[in-house]
Amino acid sequence: MVRFGGRTALGPIDLVAAAGKNTVLIGPSGCGKSTLLRLFNGLLRPDQGEVLFDGEPVAPERVLAVRRRTGYVIQDGGLFPHLTARGNAALLARHLGWSRERIAERTAELAALVRLPAEMVDRFPAQLSGGQRQRVSLMRALMLDPEVLLLDEPLGALDPIVRSELQEDLREVFRSLGKTVVLVTHDIGEAWYFGDVLVLLRDGQIAQKGTLDDLRERPADPFVTRFLNAQRSLVR
Amino acid sequence: MRALVAWLVVGAAMVGCARPDVLVGSKKFTESVVLGDLAEHLLAGAGLDVGHRRELGGTRILWDALLAGEIDVYPEYTGTIREEILSGQAIGAGDRALVAALAARGVRMSRPLGFNDTYAIGMREDTAARLGIRTLSDLARHAEVTLGLSHEFLDREDGWPAVRARYRMPHRSVRGLDHDVAYRALESGSIQATDLYSTDAEIRHYRLRVLEDDLHHFPPYHAVYLYRTDLAPAAVAALDRVGQRISEPEMIAMNARAVLDKVGDCQVAADFLAQELGGAPGECEDAGLARRVWDRTLEHLFLVGVSLLAALIVALPLGVLCERRRQVGKIVLGAVGVVQTIPALALLVLFIPLLGIGALPAITAMFLYSLLPIVRNTATGLGDIPPAMRESAEALGLTRSARLRMVELPMASRAILAGIKTSAVLAVGTATIGALIGAGGYGQPILGGIRLDDTGLILEGALPAAGLALLFEGLFGLVERVVVPRGLRLQPEARQRPSG
Repeated sequence: MVRFGGRTALGPIDLVAAAGKNTVLIGPSGCGKSTLLRLFNGLLRPDQGEVLFDGEPVAPERVLAVRRRTGYVIQDGGLFPHLTARGNAALLARHLGWSRERIAERTAELAALVRLPAEMVDRFPAQLSGGQRQRVSLMRALMLDPEVLLLDEPLGALDPIVRSELQEDLREVFRSLGKTVVLVTHDIGEAWYFGDVLVLLRDGQIAQKGTLDDLRERPADPFVTRFLNAQRSLVR
Repeated sequence: MRALVAWLVVGAAMVGCARPDVLVGSKKFTESVVLGDLAEHLLAGAGLDVGHRRELGGTRILWDALLAGEIDVYPEYTGTIREEILSGQAIGAGDRALVAALAARGVRMSRPLGFNDTYAIGMREDTAARLGIRTLSDLARHAEVTLGLSHEFLDREDGWPAVRARYRMPHRSVRGLDHDVAYRALESGSIQATDLYSTDAEIRHYRLRVLEDDLHHFPPYHAVYLYRTDLAPAAVAALDRVGQRISEPEMIAMNARAVLDKVGDCQVAADFLAQELGGAPGECEDAGLARRVWDRTLEHLFLVGVSLLAALIVALPLGVLCERRRQVGKIVLGAVGVVQTIPALALLVLFIPLLGIGALPAITAMFLYSLLPIVRNTATGLGDIPPAMRESAEALGLTRSARLRMVELPMASRAILAGIKTSAVLAVGTATIGALIGAGGYGQPILGGIRLDDTGLILEGALPAAGLALLFEGLFGLVERVVVPRGLRLQPEARQRPSG
């Protein structure tokens, strides 16, 4: 349970993100989906209850290790403006003392994976487009080959064409790597596109969890139907 | 960088140990400087290793420096000792009582030099004649006269407060200004009366009327040398050679040569000794303009360099602390802010009992003044980092110190550097005041120039100081290119915006 200013922002919630699957957190603004995501890598700590990573509690002394086994991508990338794409991607590896060659090799590998043109690797974030910045952000998240990827509205700030292009590439990456993915979106189309499991949140609690079909055919309450219908045109 | 550190270390060592056996001090008015030079010649003539800290501010600074052993000898006046230094203490009449009171503080007094340089109030002859003012009692009847008095005279117990009480002076319009500036203000008519010393060379030059102290308020101000009890007997004997040898006209003539004829203080003193005591004239070498400016530049750079480096080492962590702990930060910023409100001279004087005179108290004061811009800009620069960036760094799994080093400080580097630049330029200015307590630097020619009404000498300090400030501006532009990451210097219009 997480409280902000005396108000319960989230919970009680009991949720397991299945290993190797894509779990999508969806819901209207302010429903607590980003808050829930931040619990996974210890950016927030629950006021009550426990967060387990790989079966063990995310205790303060373990939080760095958990974060290094977790990639995190936010809306608009969160890239550091003083570092090039390469510098951003390599920051943690450098801190951990990786050799120059190993970093260069891994960066090239990841640039190919996320389809970032090689000449973009040495540019600064200010010299990259929004879509390219998200690709670099994904490289940074994947640098240490983490088991888990957390993405908070990764496509939220992009225009439709770039967005659909990146959607495809992103799904391709998820498929090829087989990682445990937790993705936050407010777009039901995107949720359907990525999600093995959809978790619909409302006022900090789980309204329903299941596949899109489960939600459509067997809605747990009228809110689920209302939410799906509000974006009907995209789902058909 | 290594050369810089080496230079700072050597400079620090010089500040620490380069001290002659006997150090003479003098106040920042010409007569005191000439008498200081006179003492220097006398002591050197006796074969002693002697130095002279010239133009060290006022009585307070010299007296504290003497007690602290920073200087061994300086010229003083009996009236000042009685009324200012030992004021508030019941001392019997006569010099004998004075000697006893000084001895209790480890200080001795030489034989009087011979002349009485009393305080007086003077007006332009024409103004005084027009208003019919001859005595201080006459002045008390003219409330419309604008007075411009030296700061020291305004504050001294035996100065204006006592005169006003004794003569019941009704004047409302009393301004404080520097003694050397007062004569020019008097001439231009912006003030009509000022305090002066009765041996000032300017009295004749500016055609001033010295108002008679008809109620005999001022005590005699016989010139003497004050020296520490532990001064070598040979030195004491050397100083006593001028006992009762300098008459009032002779002192006025020496002052006039220095101030009006622009003969160097040192030369004036040397010529007097050669004439009066018949000894070999002391040596007065004039280093030449380039050499002087170079020496001052090194002194000035040393003051600025050390204080700035120390400020950097302390202020950066403080800035980080301010940003991390907002409550502590408020206290820290408040404290370094309050320091800025203390006038530089007051701060310097406060430090003398603790740190003596010279570069150390000057550097300490400049260090304190340098803190605020760096602390504030560091805290602001760090505080301006968007929360999303901070969270990204945290989510990567970087340790707290790695986040600070690899992300936060580089992102705040531009603001931090701007703060350091502000501190550096301010320090170049503040360092000129260091000359008042013997720290040297560009303030030395500026002080001398004001004292001797010599614009050329003022410019000799002021121009290089301005040049140095500009140089620092330019230098920091270069440093910015190295320190501030290129990614932060990209202007929005220079950004390439490829599609896709």
